[in-house]
Amino acid sequence: MSNDLLRADALAAGYGPVPVLHGVDLSVPLGTITAVIGANGAGKTTLLRTLSGMLRPTAGRILLDGKDLRGTPVEQLVRRGVAHVPEGRGVIGELTVEENLRLGALWRRDRAAAARALDEAYQLFEPLARRRRHLGHQLSGGERQMLALGRALVGRPRLLLLDEPSLGLAPKVVAQTMALLRQLRDDTGLTVLLVEQNVRSALAVADQGIVMSLGRVVLAAPAAQLRDDTDLRHAYLGF
Amino acid sequence: MSATRAVAPPARHAAEPVRPGRSVPTVLRHLAFATGAALVVLVLSYQLDSFRNFQLATVAAYLCATAGLTVLTGLCGQLSLGHGALMATGAYTLALVQNAFAERGLTAGGLLILSLAVAVLATVVVGAVVGVAAARLRGPYLAGLTLAVAVVVPALTVTFNGVFNGEQGLSVPMAPAPRALGPYFPYERWQLWTAAVATLLCLVLLANLVRSRYGRAFRAVRDDEVAARLAGIHVARTQVIAFVVSAASAGLGGALLAVLAQSVSPGAFGLTLSLFLLMAVVIGGLGRLAGAVWGAFLLVALPDLTHSLTSLFTLSPAAAQRLEGNLPLAIFGVTLIVVMIAAPGGVQGLLSRLTGTLRVRWRHHRS
Amino acid sequence: MDRFLFLTLDGLSRGAVLAAFALALVLIWRAGRIVNFAQGAMAVAAAYVAYSVTAATGSYWLGFAAALVAGLLLGVVVDVAVMRLVDHRSPLNPVIVALGLVLLIQAVLGMVYGNEYLPARAPFSRTALTVGGTAVLSPYDLFVFGTVGVVGAALVWIFTRTAIGLRMRAAAFAPEVSRLLGVNVGGMLTLGWALASGVGALAGMLVIPTELGLHPHAMDLVFVSAFTAAVVGGLDSPPGAVVGGLGVGLLLSYVSGYAGGDLIPLAVLALLLTVLLLRPGGLFAPVTARRV
Repeated sequence: MSNDLLRADALAAGYGPVPVLHGVDLSVPLGTITAVIGANGAGKTTLLRTLSGMLRPTAGRILLDGKDLRGTPVEQLVRRGVAHVPEGRGVIGELTVEENLRLGALWRRDRAAAARALDEAYQLFEPLARRRRHLGHQLSGGERQMLALGRALVGRPRLLLLDEPSLGLAPKVVAQTMALLRQLRDDTGLTVLLVEQNVRSALAVADQGIVMSLGRVVLAAPAAQLRDDTDLRHAYLGF
Repeated sequence: MSATRAVAPPARHAAEPVRPGRSVPTVLRHLAFATGAALVVLVLSYQLDSFRNFQLATVAAYLCATAGLTVLTGLCGQLSLGHGALMATGAYTLALVQNAFAERGLTAGGLLILSLAVAVLATVVVGAVVGVAAARLRGPYLAGLTLAVAVVVPALTVTFNGVFNGEQGLSVPMAPAPRALGPYFPYERWQLWTAAVATLLCLVLLANLVRSRYGRAFRAVRDDEVAARLAGIHVARTQVIAFVVSAASAGLGGALLAVLAQSVSPGAFGLTLSLFLLMAVVIGGLGRLAGAVWGAFLLVALPDLTHSLTSLFTLSPAAAQRLEGNLPLAIFGVTLIVVMIAAPGGVQGLLSRLTGTLRVRWRHHRS
Repeated sequence: MDRFLFLTLDGLSRGAVLAAFALALVLIWRAGRIVNFAQGAMAVAAAYVAYSVTAATGSYWLGFAAALVAGLLLGVVVDVAVMRLVDHRSPLNPVIVALGLVLLIQAVLGMVYGNEYLPARAPFSRTALTVGGTAVLSPYDLFVFGTVGVVGAALVWIFTRTAIGLRMRAAAFAPEVSRLLGVNVGGMLTLGWALASGVGALAGMLVIPTELGLHPHAMDLVFVSAFTAAVVGGLDSPPGAVVGGLGVGLLLSYVSGYAGGDLIPLAVLALLLTVLLLRPGGLFAPVTARRV
């Protein structure tokens, strides 16, 4: 219980009069990868947007490290150690690679540490270093993925929220991304909450799997169990 | 959000046939309404003193312009800051034509109808030129172009000094009231009659247009241009028609103002007038002809109110003059901002929301 | 030929001011997708502040500084107290509100200072210096070029070299992503308003002494000319605004020099109409048009 980095209790949210999430409970243990999976329209993206405060919950509460996140403005979230890579990755096409990366560390007071983080990002993602001066909209899908992840990581987050990291990418790039997430978890203790439609690759790296359907959590189980238990897979994932 | 807006009007239309008892043709209904309004004006013209008669006539003149702007901005979604300039076009044309008649010794009162027609025609031509350009423009670009028209056109009276007599302006020779009305008939009452007849005619035409196929096309273009195009509406042509109709109304309004004031000068038709008209339409309620009436009343009443307000205080003549000239402007500006932020539906929007809920309750009560 | 040279230099001086004013319009357009129709009135208000300060202290430069500060503050007030509250879903709404501000500001100025032209002092002589018998630039023209150049360079530096400039650009291009990255988007928008309004005030201070004088409506035609300049360059492009401003300045100078000053309003209208009909995106429209 006490080692949960993020918890949501009876979370409800929606757009205007349309409710999307109904009483969602979830907990993300420190230093683990949690994959939220489910069909289109299950409310996965809405869940992430509510967790990061872009959407105001209509009921329930969100705890980060045991402290209530409600009332924290979105722009304060990075300072609390949460990085959110939104749907479509959110690379700003009008800015250069360098500017996009710098933006991720701009809130940090410690300029030297920020500069170190920037260098590390370039080491981690070699291709970005070669394209520093290129504009965001000139990058390939894979490079955008690197930029989005790199930009999130230069903020040194404790919790990384990822919305569909595999969307529109070649299988090889998806595999690389997932491997990287696992590496970050093992090396730095990063906690990851990712939302995916690509169930296989998500469950391949995740420690925990959460299945959502029509705005509710229908199952939370260890990822290995979801992966290997054929009955569970048939019942909840349809393959 | 545009989707919900696009859906709203059909829902209202669908609700209308529910009232089977009211199958009176639209034209007749509007004519009956206009006749009623004419009778009210007739009675008022005998009840009120000459100054109030004159003010009411001014309301009528402004009403032409605000109604025209309502059709353009409220129904067709095109913002025009140039309607003051279009009013100037109508006013100056009327002045020039009346002067031409007077020079040739033609002083019959009936010729005024001809002059008004020429004024409207001239404004239609100018409106068509601006309208064709406007149909290709959107949002801030259209606003900027019409703003340029509003600023530049009054300045042209100085550029072409020989015709328009610069800042001095022109006087407008007017025939006296018909002798058949008796020797002591107040001239202001006659002015009110003239203005009211022209304005009511203009309103009936506009009201019919709004309820016609064209009106529906206007609203379709306003709500969603792409959807309108897919539905077979020629968007550019619809916008030009709206602009021309609106310009014609503004031209008539300007010509009536010239008739009432018996003079025209560029100072009366500056950018401020254009902004006033816009304010009147916004406050009355964008897209509602009834709102245009509220707006026109405000245009005349507010300066009058501030005049009586400033006369309550004892001020030096200079200060009083500054205050009197500018206080209405300030009030208009603040009202414009506040209405836009707090009640984008305007006065008429608030009223119809109120009557709407009342009607629904009444229906519930009956069933 | 001498006359042509003189008119060209005069036009560039006019154009520099228009460029600064057009730049102010472009700044707000890029930051918040609003054409600030109240820019002219706000600049006049700042110029009146300068008038009062100069009258009280006798120093032109104190007045000049006061105008800049007043411009910055006015931008903040307009954004926080008015524009922030407007429903931006319909592009008509901010335009109408800006026009309400025009009425309000001009009325308040009229109430306080009266609707007569007040003399506006120029800090340097406006008589052209002669080089080899040819009239070229006046000291005031040089002051205008210098000031606009410094402001332009400062803006370029802020936006491309500083962290705050990066934040402002990011907030304008992708508000939601910027918030997730810890950028205070609302604050950046307010800052954009302040900067733009400050630049507008500066342009007002530079242009008013060259016109009839200080008057609540002094910037009406300047606004229309600067809007034309911004449209010529494309509302999205700061370099375009500068080129557009210089171009419009030259055109106006030639028109008034060869055809008569009375024709300037007509020339502005004709140019605006032509550009809008032929190339509404402006001469410097970016390759990928943003859908607004």
